[in-house]
Amino acid sequence: MIIGYRNMKRIKHQTTVLACCVLAAIFFFPIFWMVLTSFKTELQAIQSPPLFLFEPTLENFSIIQENSDYTKYALNSIITSLGATLLALVIAVPSAYSMAFFPGRYTKDILLWMLSTKMLPAVAVLMPIYLMAQWLNLLDTRIVLIFILAMMNLPIIMWLLFAYFKEIPSEILEASRMDGATTIEEIRYIVLPLAWGGIASAALLSIVLCWNEAFWTILLTAGDAGTLTALVASYAMPEGLFWAKLSAASTLACAPIVVFGWFCQKQLVQGLTFGAVK
Amino acid sequence: MKINVYKVLQAPSIILLLLWMIVPLGMTIYFSFQRYHLLYPERSGFVGLSNYDFFLTDPALGVSVLNTLTLVGGVILITVILGLGISLLLQEAFRGRGIIRILLISPFFIMPTVNALIWKNMFMNPIYGLFAYVSGIFGLPVVNWIAELPLLSIIIMLSWQWTPFALLIFMTSLQSMDQEQVEAAEIEGAGFWSKFRYLTLPHLGRAIGVVVMIQAIFHLGVFAEIYVTTGGGPGHESTNTTWLIFKQALLGFDVGVASAGGVFAIIIANIIAFFLIKTVAKGMGK
Repeated sequence: MIIGYRNMKRIKHQTTVLACCVLAAIFFFPIFWMVLTSFKTELQAIQSPPLFLFEPTLENFSIIQENSDYTKYALNSIITSLGATLLALVIAVPSAYSMAFFPGRYTKDILLWMLSTKMLPAVAVLMPIYLMAQWLNLLDTRIVLIFILAMMNLPIIMWLLFAYFKEIPSEILEASRMDGATTIEEIRYIVLPLAWGGIASAALLSIVLCWNEAFWTILLTAGDAGTLTALVASYAMPEGLFWAKLSAASTLACAPIVVFGWFCQKQLVQGLTFGAVK
Repeated sequence: MKINVYKVLQAPSIILLLLWMIVPLGMTIYFSFQRYHLLYPERSGFVGLSNYDFFLTDPALGVSVLNTLTLVGGVILITVILGLGISLLLQEAFRGRGIIRILLISPFFIMPTVNALIWKNMFMNPIYGLFAYVSGIFGLPVVNWIAELPLLSIIIMLSWQWTPFALLIFMTSLQSMDQEQVEAAEIEGAGFWSKFRYLTLPHLGRAIGVVVMIQAIFHLGVFAEIYVTTGGGPGHESTNTTWLIFKQALLGFDVGVASAGGVFAIIIANIIAFFLIKTVAKGMGK
């Protein structure tokens, strides 16, 4: 039997769609399973065969809040993520502005050097940073986390903003200068509104990276400044089977940033690739 | 005079990053030549290269370097291949594609500690895990993933998280592909493979470069996944260089040796960075 061209095409289309659905189901399944488990009792969580239908309970969530003070950790995550992002932006916006519109002979090299600081392995500077934080009495404080996270994201933010500012035609700026605008006014009234999209995507990316950072947050914090990554890590230690509670804590820790990521995927790509992929 | 204002604007970012890099780096190099043990602070002083000698003759070093390379290389290979395949499938327009895309990229936003704990407990646990259950159905032997295949387990976790990243970037890059060129090739009778080989792959060159570079940066320093699952073991089977140095520093309290290890890690990272940054800089050209 000869299958017509149109039929071939339809079969191919349907196979592709099916493959996409199967792949999406596989990749999303661990997250689905985590959320599902968070509504089970501890006994149901380890039941075999695995339980798909059951009477959901909210018990785990209230236990997490009572035992480990989820709100405190969530607040630390929010404050450090937003604080570090804000700090990095405040430093980066004027710098990127001046590099984009008044590039010197070494501007390109400086930018590459900034990117190369990302290559410095965190573990190689663990002891110095740890000791300095100790000397300054800043161990387990949000301040030290905010500073470290800001420095980690500064190069990426610089690259992104530089790429965005570059796209603003310099004639507009020259015109404003002719009209007597000062540098601050120029940034405030011309550059910022025009590059708003770029600044937003840099900020979004930085927030996601800060939220999920799990080296410094685990090693430099304890009870006071611990973030959600540290809270979840603390559940790894006792070898008990508290999967339902672990799932509840994980769900609470990830939900905000996953939903956030869904809405800003486009902006994040530009950020992650330093604007190199459009 | 005007020029100075712009220099001043650039100064904070450059000075801060310079301090952020130079000060800890200088201290690490200084410590690496000192005897500095947190438990015996009274014993101190210059010790020449003995910290390096101690670190470099550690039998775990060779294993950990090999593990690091396997980890970085394995994850990059898996994510690039899967990411490419899925992004090509998603070129097909169909209803609900938006939702499929959202489901596919979600793992990227899961925090590393959560990622590792979900997989370790609910999938890889040899008694209650889903993998054990599924292999039980098919009558296959149950694998104790974390204990028997620790490095592979971590590669699976990282690949699950980072395939969406590769996918996200490849999808974005494919959108800017010249469709007329593709149609022209189709009219000329080009099949799937020749289109892929001569049009898609060259177009994705830069995107692949970016994916490889960024993943190399992140995976060279994999920490949280090991911290909450294998703890580098059993033995040194899942110890990477980051973990080895971390163990010297915070578990062994030996700042001197850990610093020598840090200098070693910096040298390795720089060798890799040198090649990668050059490639990406070329790609970004203009």
